[in-house]
Amino acid sequence: MQTLTQRLANPTRFMELSARVLPWVTAASAILLVYGLYLAFLDSPPDYQQGETVRIMYIHVPCAWLSMMIYGLIALSSFGLLVFRHPLADVSAKAAAPLGAAFTFLALVTGSLWGKPMWGTYWVWDARLTSVLLLFFLYLGLIALRSALEDEGAAAKLTAVLALVGVTLLPIIKFSVNWWNTLHQPSTDFTSTVDPSMRLPLLVMALAFTLMFFAMHLKAMRNEILRRRVKALRTQAVMGRDRLAPQAAE
Amino acid sequence: MDMGPHAAFIWLSYAVVTVTVIGLILWLLADGWKQRAELAALERQGVKRRSSH
Repeated sequence: MQTLTQRLANPTRFMELSARVLPWVTAASAILLVYGLYLAFLDSPPDYQQGETVRIMYIHVPCAWLSMMIYGLIALSSFGLLVFRHPLADVSAKAAAPLGAAFTFLALVTGSLWGKPMWGTYWVWDARLTSVLLLFFLYLGLIALRSALEDEGAAAKLTAVLALVGVTLLPIIKFSVNWWNTLHQPSTDFTSTVDPSMRLPLLVMALAFTLMFFAMHLKAMRNEILRRRVKALRTQAVMGRDRLAPQAAE
Repeated sequence: MDMGPHAAFIWLSYAVVTVTVIGLILWLLADGWKQRAELAALERQGVKRRSSH
C-alpha cells in the first residue's frame, strides 16, 4: 500500500490533487482571517500592561510561529531530497524559502513596532531577536545559493545541505529566552500565560496564517512544477532542432 | 476605533503585514499566469511533453 508521500511523488498527480485542495484551503484561511481580525479588534480587551498595543501580538506571534515552522518544513523537505530523493521534496523546499523569508521579515518588523512603545527601543541585540535575524539571513542565503548555481540538481543538493545545517538555529531561537537573560518575554504558554479573552484571537489568527501559508505554498509548488515543465519543453525543443538540423543539411 | 497613544505603531504593523501578504499573493498569481502562458506558447509551437503524447 502506498503512503501519501509516495502517491504525491508523481508531479502530475500532485497538480491534480492540489488543484482540488487549494480553493478550500484558501477559503478556510480567508474566513478564519476575517473572524480573527474581528476578534482581534472588536472582541478582545486591551491588555492591563500593554494596553491596545497587545493587538500587534495577534499578527506578530503567527508570523514568528510561521518563520520557524516554514524552516522546519524546508529542513524536512531537504531531508526528503537527500535521503529519499523524493521528486517533490526540492520543489517544496524551493517554494517555501521566499515565503519563510517574508514571514520572518514580518515577525521582525512587527516585533520592532511593538518593542518601541513597550521597551522604548525598536531593537536590542538580545538572543531571541538576534537569532531570528540570523534565521532571516539564512533564508536569504538559501535563496541566493540556489540562484547562484546554474545546475539545478547541484543547487538543490547544496541548498538542502545548507538547510539541514541551519536547522540547528531552530532550538536556539525557541529556547533562547530560557537559556539567556533576554529582554524578550519567555515563550507563550497558551494554556496558562494568556488570558482566555486574548487566547482565542491569537489561536484563530495563528491558524488563519498557517492555512494562508499552506495555500501560498501549494500555489508556489504548482508554479515551480510548471516552471520545470517549461524548462524541460524548451530543452526538448532545442534537442529536436539539433537532431533535425544535420538531416536538413544532407 | 480608538487605539490609544500607540495607534500609529498598531496600524503600521497591520499595514506592513497587509502589504507584504498582498504582495506575496500577487507575485504567486503573476508567476502562475506567466508559467501557464509560456507552457501554452510552447505547446502551440508543437512542443509537447513526452507523457502527453
